[in-house]
This record gives sequence, structure tokens and C-alpha cells, in this order.
Amino acid sequence: MWARAVHLGLRAAARGRRGFTSKADPQGSGRVTGELIQHLERLSLVDFGSQEAVARLEKAIAFADRLRAVNTDGVEPMESVLEDRCLYLRSDNVVEGSCAEELLQNSHRVVEEYFVAPPGNISWSKLDEKQPFSHR
Amino acid sequence: MLGRTLRETLRINMKKEIPALMKPTFVWGRRHSVSVALKQGQITPTELCQRCLSLIKKTKFLNAYITVSEEVALKQAEESEKRYKKGHSLGDLDGIPIAVKDNFSTSGIETTCASNMLKGYVPPYNATVVQKLLDQGALLMGKTNLDEFAMGSGSTDGIFGPVKNPWSYSKQYREKRKQNSHSENEDSNWLITGGSSGGSAAAVSAFTCFAALGSDTGGSTRNPAAHCGVVGLKPSYGLVSRHGLIPLVNSMDVPGILTRCVDDAATVLGVLAGHDPKDSTTIQDPVKPFTLPSLTDVSKLCIGIPKEYLTPELSSEVQSLWSKAANLFESEGAKVTEVSLPHTSYSIVCYHVLCTSEVASNMARFDGLEYGHRCDSDVSTEAMYAATRREGFNDVVRGRILSGNFFLLKENYENYFVKAQKVRRLIANDFVNVFNSGVDVLLTPTTLSEAVPYTEFIKEDNRTRSAQDDIFTQAVNMAVCDQQLLTVAKWFEKQVQFPVIQLQELMDDCLSVFENEKLASVSLK
Repeated sequence: MWARAVHLGLRAAARGRRGFTSKADPQGSGRVTGELIQHLERLSLVDFGSQEAVARLEKAIAFADRLRAVNTDGVEPMESVLEDRCLYLRSDNVVEGSCAEELLQNSHRVVEEYFVAPPGNISWSKLDEKQPFSHR
Repeated sequence: MLGRTLRETLRINMKKEIPALMKPTFVWGRRHSVSVALKQGQITPTELCQRCLSLIKKTKFLNAYITVSEEVALKQAEESEKRYKKGHSLGDLDGIPIAVKDNFSTSGIETTCASNMLKGYVPPYNATVVQKLLDQGALLMGKTNLDEFAMGSGSTDGIFGPVKNPWSYSKQYREKRKQNSHSENEDSNWLITGGSSGGSAAAVSAFTCFAALGSDTGGSTRNPAAHCGVVGLKPSYGLVSRHGLIPLVNSMDVPGILTRCVDDAATVLGVLAGHDPKDSTTIQDPVKPFTLPSLTDVSKLCIGIPKEYLTPELSSEVQSLWSKAANLFESEGAKVTEVSLPHTSYSIVCYHVLCTSEVASNMARFDGLEYGHRCDSDVSTEAMYAATRREGFNDVVRGRILSGNFFLLKENYENYFVKAQKVRRLIANDFVNVFNSGVDVLLTPTTLSEAVPYTEFIKEDNRTRSAQDDIFTQAVNMAVCDQQLLTVAKWFEKQVQFPVIQLQELMDDCLSVFENEKLASVSLK
């Protein structure tokens, strides 16, 4: 429900931007299905916006697939080059802060000391049944 | 010698021509030091500031600066002057004009990352590295242009337009082009600066400042430094604080330093390096400021030449310069040996996966609520976030977020993200093995070829270009290189005597302070 609402929201918020139809990039890996596109757009909260963007993702995946050729048996993942060291932890004392006013100034919409967000629990009626982005 | 706690890697900048036969316009031995000039009162900080501001105006067509902080700089110059009059200068950087890449937070000065997402955003604090420079009395001339959110290798993909390489307008380049009898309009074939810290590189190269901050995640400081003919230093991860650097890849980002000579880079590094309680990934080892010794004897040095870096895409000119550089070391007694970094061909792929994955996470903070761009829609939170992000980010950024989230999907996580982390270890181990085998320094090109014209560069998309251009630089961002390289770099610089860019018309009236000499460095000498 939420996923669909977001998806529709994305479309609804597109001012004058046409939805785009997609077809599988003939040279692509074919892994980027319509479902995957919707899923990624929902997770990322950005949209592909064009067929070229989908093609670029296909190329990026194909590029990343080259890693399969590397033998990594028994190799531990490396998260940081400083893995041999302990992360610095400072003592839990308040040393700075009290700058609410400064921080609020950067926001476009505030009410008193609150950042104002649109409703998060809005339930979408099915505004647009047509799938603007279909994949064959 | 440099303390053991200082770890840094420097890619030797391969210029278009090593002037073995060409007499440089500038003899390094008699280089005039602006720092000394300030101390001796030959020039005041305000005069210096005004000259740099004037140069910035004259070189506006380069598009190196997004914001020029004229009032701030002049005020800082005034304070610096007071200090010099009292004989209480803060150090070598007091009164020295510097520029900062526009992805570092600067208090009260707009910080955009060349993106609509942060256009109009004014941070309420300074990045630690900016604060350190200001504490030393440096004059902040402005914020420099970049690829949007530092994603790119050309400085062509920001909302303020591309940065032009000052060398496009140099006497040297114009003469070279005349030889090839190109009849096009000079400006239509301007060269890119490389990226993503192209603005900073151009600012330093065009003499509008003496040092600039860049950032380096996969080569973004070293690449434009190479193309603009300046020194680009990427300190080892953990040496310099990232607090206030708007993050791209938390495990690889490093603030970079761009200067016109190695000594200056060392001076700036000395100021910036050190533990920062606000950045828990900075190492806690004590770091002391240092002066680079002048190496006279390289016979005990072992230079490694990684054979995997000799790729087919490497231009013949760069290859020949690489050989010349290696021969130079050898002729002076150093041991030059071929080494192997077997996983080199995978490092760019590994980098691509790790980079996009971390980017997907880091860009999630931009939702329009607390800072930055916000769309007009107020229908629902998710709709607002999505529209804000579509309006705020360019294609490149969005593309990386989507790719990154693909690699982070549950079904892909092991096969892509974790796999890339494993390959990262293999790459890091390659470097460890090489340095353990007695090699002190690795000598490689920074870029595949010289700076290309913009019209050429944009034929390929950002991702393809980044994959091509980062090929030599990004491996080191995934490893740690613990060799005292600046000393060697300084020796090399002295031997080669890189040509100084000749921007004659711009220079003459601005820098006529010293007869026959040009302001080039901040060094102590």
C-alpha cells in the first residue's frame, strides 16, 4: 500500500513531466524489470526519469558483475582501512549545542521550534490506475 | 624526515612536457616566497588579497569560483595586517589567500556542492579543515566549483557549469595548437580541468590563491591537479578530519590539498593533519608540524613501477613521461623495480560498487525538511521527499543512488556489496605486499592522457568517464600507503622543474610587485 502510494505520489508530483514507457534495453542484462524499477525508486525516493537512466543502471550492473571473476574464498570483507584501530569515543559530556535557532533558519518550513513535514500517514486513493512505467 | 605517524600518498603529476630542454621561466632555487615577503613587509595581506581578488575577476571565464567571499577575505586581510604590524603573525599561512571546494561547510558562506539541493544553503559552522586554516590566518577567497556532490572526473556536471582549464589560455598551449594549425576559435576548444575538484585546481593554477582545499574519494584532487599542472595531495585516510566535508563515501573520502609546489602542500598538511574529536575516524596518533627536508641522495630509495598500470588506454605521451620519470630516479642512483598489484583491474569495479552503495546511504539525508531545497508539494511526506530529490539532484547523483540501492538489496548484498568489500581487502593487501617487499614509493601516472577538450569529454557519460579516468587513482583510496612520499616528491619536483603556466596578460599588471619574479609559493625558504 505504502509502496504504491509512494509510487503514485511520485507520479502525481511530477509537474508536467511525462511518464515514460520503458522497454528492456536490448543490450542490457535484462535484470532491470519494471518491478525492480518501482522497488528501487521507492527505496531511493528518486525516480529514474528516463529510459537512458535505466540503461545506465543496466550498464552499471554489468560492470559490477566483473567482480565475480575474483576468487574471494576465505577473504574477510574490509569495511575500513583503519580496521586495526579502535574508533575514538569521547566522553559523554555536552560541549556544544543550544543552537536551535540557527538550525531552524535553514529550513523552508518551520513553526515555532518545529520542522514542518507533510502528513506521513496519508492514505492514497487510487488516483491513477494506469501504470506509467511498464516493462515488457 | 617526516614522523612515522604521517601517512600520505602523492601521485606525481605528469605534465604535458617535462622541460628537459626548455628553460623554465622560474628558477625554483630563487623562488620568491610570499610568506617571507609578508613578514618583511614587502607586501601587505590587504594588497595580496586585492591582487588575488582582481585576478579572480579577470579569470572569471574559467568559472573556477562559485562564491567569491570578497568582504570576508578583505576583513581577514585587515586582521592579518594588524598582526604583522605587531610582529605577531600566526604562522606561514597568515595572510595567505586560499580557496575551498564548495563541498566543505563554511559558516555564513553559501555551500552548494554545485547542486540545486543545496543552493542557498548557508551552514552555521565551519568544517574542521576550514577552521584550522582560518585559525592560521589564511584568507578565504571563495568557494570553488566542482562536479555536483563531487561525483565526476571533469568538473563539468555541476549546476554552475563546467570549469575551464587555465592551461587552455596559456601561451604554451596556444603555441602548441598553432603548430597543429587549428583554425577554430580559441575558446571553443577549451580543455577540462578534470575533477571533481576542478575549481580548486584551476584557482591555484591561475594564481588566484596559493592553496586550495579539494576532496578526494577516487582521485578527485589528484586528477584535476594533474590536468591543471599543480600539486595534488591526498593524505591517507584518517589523517585529516572530514568533519564538515559533505560526505560522499565515508570510508574513502579525504580532504585534499592543492598547491603550486610540494613544500606548500607539506605546510598545509602540517596545519590540517591531526586528530579531531568531531571526526571519530581520525587517527589519534600525535601529529607534529614538520618541514620537508631537502633530499640530495636518492640512492637508498626503491621506486616501484606497478606493471598493471601499463594499460592499453594509456596515452603514449603519458607513458613516455612515466618512463622519463623512472629513468630520472634511476640515473640518480635510486633502485627502480617493476612490481605487481595483481588486482588492479578489479579495483575500479570494486570502487564503483562501494562508492555507489555508500552514496545511496549518504544522499538519504537530503529530504528537504531541515535544510536544502524543498519542493512545493505538501501532499504527503514521501511525495515531498521524492519530488524534492528529483528537483534537487542531477542525473548523475540520482543514477548513483539507484545503482547503490541495487547493490544493497537483500538479494544482491552478498554478491555485490560484501563481495566488493572482500575485493577491497585483496587490493589493500596488494599494496601491503609491495611495500613489505622493500619498495618505498610507487611511481604511476595519475591520468590516462592529458586534459582533453570539453567537447571531447562530454561524448561519454559521467559514469563511463569516471570509470575510465579514476583508473589509476582510486585503488589507493581503498588502501593505506604508509610511505614518506612528500620528501621524494619534493626532490622530483626540483629535478624536473615543471614549467609555470604563462598567462601573460593576466599576470603583468597584477603581479608586478616583484621585478622578474612571480609569486608562487608560501614556503619558508
